Amino acid sequence: MGLELYLDLISQPCRAVYIFAKKNGIPFELRTVELLKGQHHSDAFAQVNPLKKVPALKDGDFTLAESVAILLYLCRKYEVPDHWYPQDLQARARVDEYLAWQHTALRNSCTRAMWQKMMFPVFLGEQVPPETLASTLAELERCLQLLEDKFLKDQDFLAGPHISVADLVAITELMHPVSAGCQVFKSRPKLAAWRQRVETAVGKDLFQEAHAVVMKAKDLPPADSAIKEKLKPLVQVLLQ
Amino acid sequence: MGLELYLDLISQPCRAVYIFAKKNGIPFELRTVELLKGMMFPVFLGEQVPPETLASTLAELERCLQLLEDKFLKDQDFLAGPHISVADLVAITELMHPVSAGCQVFKSRPKLAAWRQRVETAVGKDLFQEAHAVVMKAKDLPPADSAIKEKLKPLVQVLLQ
Repeated sequence: MGLELYLDLISQPCRAVYIFAKKNGIPFELRTVELLKGQHHSDAFAQVNPLKKVPALKDGDFTLAESVAILLYLCRKYEVPDHWYPQDLQARARVDEYLAWQHTALRNSCTRAMWQKMMFPVFLGEQVPPETLASTLAELERCLQLLEDKFLKDQDFLAGPHISVADLVAITELMHPVSAGCQVFKSRPKLAAWRQRVETAVGKDLFQEAHAVVMKAKDLPPADSAIKEKLKPLVQVLLQ
Repeated sequence: MGLELYLDLISQPCRAVYIFAKKNGIPFELRTVELLKGMMFPVFLGEQVPPETLASTLAELERCLQLLEDKFLKDQDFLAGPHISVADLVAITELMHPVSAGCQVFKSRPKLAAWRQRVETAVGKDLFQEAHAVVMKAKDLPPADSAIKEKLKPLVQVLLQ
């Protein structure tokens, strides 16, 4: 059994891993784990990732969790073009810096924005208090400003003149609130131009393919009570 | 100007970077940045945290410690295998944070306690203590004045969620 990638394309980090593997022609078996059906809680999946999260990787007997670790493992194993994770000391440090910052910043606010604005009312049939949503969107704005000012600046891509894994991680995050109707790029021409460059570098077909699931999330039928019960712990975390 | 590291040793990630640089004899200028993040609400800010909030936080800490033991450390000597790595520095400096507040993180977890001993030995006990001197004295910080409390308000909101 070769490389297996355990993914749900509704998830931002899964999309980053998917795009990266496909773009680089890395052969893998796609193992879909449907988060909204609670499949990540199965005993079988716990064997692959005891942290019960996606993405997860299985390469023979070697299992690996955490999207950043997975992306870097794939970079090294498959010797992809240098620009994805450059050898140059400082260029690589810029990619590392973005990858480290984004977890508790952009990722956090993009997940909350998408869930509070869309998934709660549409999927869970629950309204989120307006102040909570407002606070979440304000935090998203703050992160977007940092993304522009600290990371992108006047460069073509986040870590310099070429696309890297940092751009894949960032763009898939930003598409999350976009799927919920947040006009992330509308008032931010700099980010909109960067998005175009990333889409072109990745290839528009692959980009759309990776985002098909999340862009249809707003049309999901409401969850039944069994699912709502399963998702309760997640709900509490996302409403904080 | 050579390498400069901007650190406040009250911060966990700063301690990890400090220990790593010192242990490896990396020459640097230390630029201390005082965060005034004593962040013990009762001691520094003179504010009580609702018991349910604290209980929930400590439960989450327990959950993470369990994952640390079961998923990462397992039966290994160190987090990523038989030898100390940057992962161990990042983890140990994190765990010393609740320890500084009196949380008995290692008391009921012999596996983690043994790992801690191995990390301290690998780092060197003197360097480990030097890096943790600031945070271990955080409980003795004088209470913050109102100007500081005002500055720390946004942080307070985030930390009380």
